[in-house]
Amino acid sequence: MNEMNDKGPRDFVDAARQHFDAVTRAVLARLQGDEAATLNLNAEETLFVRFNGNKVRQNTNVEQIAMALQLQGAGRTAESSRTLSGQVDADIAAMLQLLTQCRAELAELPPDPHQVPVQNNGSSDETFRGALLTADAVVDAVVGPAAGCDMAGLYAAGSIVRANCNSKGQRHWFATETFFMDYSLYNGSRAVKGSYAGTRWEPDQWAANLAHSKHLLALMDKPLQTVAPGQYRTYLAPRAVADLVGMMGWNALSASAWKQGRSPFKKLADKECKLSPQLQITENFGLGLTPRFNAVGEVSAQSIALIAQGELASLLVSSRTSREYGLVANGANESEAPRALDVAPGTLEEKDILKALGTGLYLSNLHYLNWSDPVSARVTGMTRYACFWVENGEIVGPIKDMRWDESLYEALGGKLLALTTHTAIDPAVDTYYQRALGGSRTPGALIDNFTFTL
Amino acid sequence: MPANAKCDQGNKVGNPVDWSALLPPISCTTMPHFDLPSALAYAHQLAQWAGLRYSRESTQTRAVRNDTPEKNDTTLEEGAMCEVLIDGHFGYAATADLSASGLQRAFDSAIATTRATARHKVHAFTDAQRAAVQGSYESPAQTRLATMPLAHVSACLLAASKAMRIDPKIVNRSARAMIIQTQIDYYTTNGTHTQQSFDMVDIAVAATAAEGVQSQSRSWNRTGQYGAEAFDVEQFTQQGLRVATEALELLAAPNCPSGPMDLILMEDQMMLQIHESIGHPLELDRILGDERNYAGWSFVKPADFGSLRYGSPLMNVTFSPSKPHSVASYAFDDAGNPAQQEFLIEGGVLKRGLGSVESQTRSGLPGVANFRSSSWNRAPIDRMANINLEPGTSTLEDMVASVENGILMSTNRSWSIDDYRNKFQFGCEHGRLIKNGKLAGVVRNPSYRGITVDFWNRLSAVGQQDATFGTLYCGKGEPSQVIRVGHSSPPCLFRGVEVFGGLS
Repeated sequence: MNEMNDKGPRDFVDAARQHFDAVTRAVLARLQGDEAATLNLNAEETLFVRFNGNKVRQNTNVEQIAMALQLQGAGRTAESSRTLSGQVDADIAAMLQLLTQCRAELAELPPDPHQVPVQNNGSSDETFRGALLTADAVVDAVVGPAAGCDMAGLYAAGSIVRANCNSKGQRHWFATETFFMDYSLYNGSRAVKGSYAGTRWEPDQWAANLAHSKHLLALMDKPLQTVAPGQYRTYLAPRAVADLVGMMGWNALSASAWKQGRSPFKKLADKECKLSPQLQITENFGLGLTPRFNAVGEVSAQSIALIAQGELASLLVSSRTSREYGLVANGANESEAPRALDVAPGTLEEKDILKALGTGLYLSNLHYLNWSDPVSARVTGMTRYACFWVENGEIVGPIKDMRWDESLYEALGGKLLALTTHTAIDPAVDTYYQRALGGSRTPGALIDNFTFTL
Repeated sequence: MPANAKCDQGNKVGNPVDWSALLPPISCTTMPHFDLPSALAYAHQLAQWAGLRYSRESTQTRAVRNDTPEKNDTTLEEGAMCEVLIDGHFGYAATADLSASGLQRAFDSAIATTRATARHKVHAFTDAQRAAVQGSYESPAQTRLATMPLAHVSACLLAASKAMRIDPKIVNRSARAMIIQTQIDYYTTNGTHTQQSFDMVDIAVAATAAEGVQSQSRSWNRTGQYGAEAFDVEQFTQQGLRVATEALELLAAPNCPSGPMDLILMEDQMMLQIHESIGHPLELDRILGDERNYAGWSFVKPADFGSLRYGSPLMNVTFSPSKPHSVASYAFDDAGNPAQQEFLIEGGVLKRGLGSVESQTRSGLPGVANFRSSSWNRAPIDRMANINLEPGTSTLEDMVASVENGILMSTNRSWSIDDYRNKFQFGCEHGRLIKNGKLAGVVRNPSYRGITVDFWNRLSAVGQQDATFGTLYCGKGEPSQVIRVGHSSPPCLFRGVEVFGGLS
C-alpha cells in the first residue's frame, strides 16, 4: 500500500481501510440499471517463520489483498475476485474491469433461481489492535527460551482484515492484529503439542507455555506401551475433543448437505437418533475469534444453539439454502460450517480425570480425521502426540500410535460418560491461502468403549 | 524433461545483470510487464543472490446442480515472491504490488527479516542451490483454454446434470468444472530465466441417491493438463448417466463384507494409495523433520534409501514430470531445477526421495526437482508432483480370475493415515465382490486398512494399462499450501487385506 509511504509511518490496517473505501466507492458508482453488487475484502500482512530443531527453516513476509465482487442483474448472479496491488488507481481500474466482465457474464448466464437479492443487512466496525514483535526480534524471542529443545513449528503474526459492503448501503469492517506460535517439542520420536496465541507477545507467558510442554514431554520418557486394538475407556483432552467435534463442520451441520443427502447427521436431523443429553453445542460469537458477518454481510446472532440436550437444535442455514429449500436462514456462511463452535463444559473436575478414567487411554491429540461411514456418522483418525496408557488412575507410559474408528452417535451419545468442567479455546491456526479466523472452545470428554482398530 | 520443454544450464553471470545477454532465443518467452532488472539489481546490492518468481493464475469455476446454475466464479491471483540469500539463508517476501517501489519494499522486507533470522538458520546454503537455467514449458493442450467459450462448459455441465435425472431417488446431481490458466516465471541474479505456462482442468460430476436415512454417492473426475478438448458434451452425458446408475445400485446394495481378503484397487483408488503411502513418506523435508509439527514425520529413515524393501518386486514407482496431461507435469521446479523422470522405488526397493536441492544438500540423499509453491504468496517446499506406479504385465481379467474370495474397489471417498505414514484406512465409493475368479454383486461402503510396508509387500499383480488421475488439493506446509499432484497407475491386486464395510 504505497500511498501511505510518503505520509508517515505506514499502518497496514489504516491503509487497507482507505483502500477499501476508495475502491468500493468507485465500483459501486459504476453500477447500471437494476444491477446490485456486494464487495468483500480479505487482506493481511503477515510474517511467517518456520522452525525445525529450534532453528529457522524458512521466513516469509506476505502482504496480500484480495477483493471479490458479486454482481446481480436481471435475476442472474456472477462472481469474480482478484489480487489487488494496493495502488488505488490501478486497483480501481482492475476492479472496474472485473465489473465489466461480470456484466458480460450476466448476459450469457441463465436465471439464478436461488439468488439472494442484495439488501442492507446493517453495518459494523471493529478494529482490535495488538502489540506484536518486530520482525527482527521474533526469532530471538521464540528460540531463546526454547534453547536445548528440539522444537518444530510455525510463528505467524500480523494484521488480518475482513470487510464487506454492498450497493444497498451495508458496510462491515473487521481488523485484528494477532500472533500464534503453533509448535511441537520432541524427544526422539516422542512429542508433545503446544500453542501460544494472542495479541501481545509476553515473554513470561511464552516461557510458562514452554515449561508446561517440557513437563508433558518428560512424562513421555516412561516405557512405551503397545495397546492391542479393541474398545477402551478413553479420555479425550479438550484439543482432541476440538478435533472430534470439528468434524461437524464437514457437512454434518450444513442444511444444504442435509437436503442433498450428504449430511452425516441425517439421522440426527430426522430424529432417528440422539446424542448424549450432556451435549450442548452452540455457535458462539462471544468467543471473539471471528466477525459475526458473513460474505454477503448478514450478521449472525451472537449465539445459536446447534445441539441442545443431545438433540439437533438447528442446522446452519445460509440465505441461499433458505431460498432453495424454504428454510429460515441464520447467518451461516456459504459452506454452512461453524465459525465459533462452543461445547459447554460438564461436571468432571480436572483433578479427577485420571481417577475417573481408571484404566484406559488418555489422548491429548487426534490426527487426520475423516468420515469413514457418513450414514453412521462414523469417523476414523489416529492418536498423536502425548497419548498415554493409564492403569488404576496412574499414567503407565506413552502409547504407540493407534487408529480409531467410532461413530459420533456412539462416542458423543451413549458412550459419553462425562465432560470436564475446564475448557480450552483452540484458535484457528489454518494458513491455507490466508490466515484463518475463528476457532472453537471445548471441554475434555470421558468416553466408554472407544473403538481402536489398528 | 518434458518433450515440449527447452532448457539450458550453466549460464552464470556476475553483477550487474545484463538481461539482453541472458535471454535465450526462445520464441515463447516474453519480458515481464514490470521492471525486473531494476528490482533484481536493487536486491543484489544487499543480498548475495536474489530471485523473483512471478505468477499469474486465473481460475474460472462453473457449477450446475439439479439443472440450475450453482456457481459462476472467476478468480485472478497475481503477484511476485521476492527471494534473497543472505548469510547462507534463503528468505522470502511476497507482494502483489509490482511497481518499482512495491518490489523494492518487498525485497527490503525479505532482506531485513532474513538478515535477522540467518543467525539461526538450519543450514548454510549457497547460490549453488539456485543453479542458473533458461527454458520454457507449455501444457500440451490441443485447443488453448483461453479460446474456449464458457457457454460450452456450461452446456457440458448441464448435459451431465440432466443425464443424471433418471430416478426420484437421485436427490442431488452436481457437475462442476474449473478452468485454470497459470503462468509462472522465475528470474534470478545469476541468470535463471524460466517461463512456464499451464492449461489445466478439474471436472467433477456426482450423483447422490438417497432413501430414508441411507444415501450413496458416485462420482466421475477428470483432472489434468488439458485444453478445450476436455469438454465433450457426449462424454459428460455418458458419465452423468453412469454415475447416477451406479449410485442407485449402491443404494440397493448390501454392505461390504468384513475380513481378510484379496483386494483389487482400480486406478482411481490407486491414486490415493500411492499418494498417501508412497508420496508423502518419501518427501525429504518430512524425513528431515520440517513438517513434524503439521502433517508429520516419516517412517522412512535416511539409511533406508538403497536398502528398504518397500514392496513386492512388482513395484516400480517413478517421479514423472513429463507424463502427458498429468496435472503436475512441468519442466522446472520453483528453484529452477530442471525436472526429469527418476525411479523412487525399483523392483520394490527404495532408491530415491522426493526432495529438491535444498533437502538433497541437507540430507546428502538423492532427490528430484520438486521444490514447489502453491502460489505467489508461499515459499516453495518439497512436494509431490506426478508420482506413478509403472505398468506391469497382468490384465484386469487375469487378476480377477486369480481371486477366490475378494473385492474390487473404485474411487476414493475417505482417507486417513498417521503422521509417520504407517497405519492407513481408506474407503471407496464402489465395490464389486469377486467370487471364484468372477466379478459378482455390488457392495456399498467398501473400506480397507493396513500398514504401509506390509501392504505394499502384498502386491501380487500389476496391470498392463495405466490411467492418470490427479487432485488440486494436496495440503502441506507451514504456512500451509495446496498443491497439484498427478498419479498414474494400473489396477493392482493385493493379497489378504483387512476389508470392511459400513454400520448401516
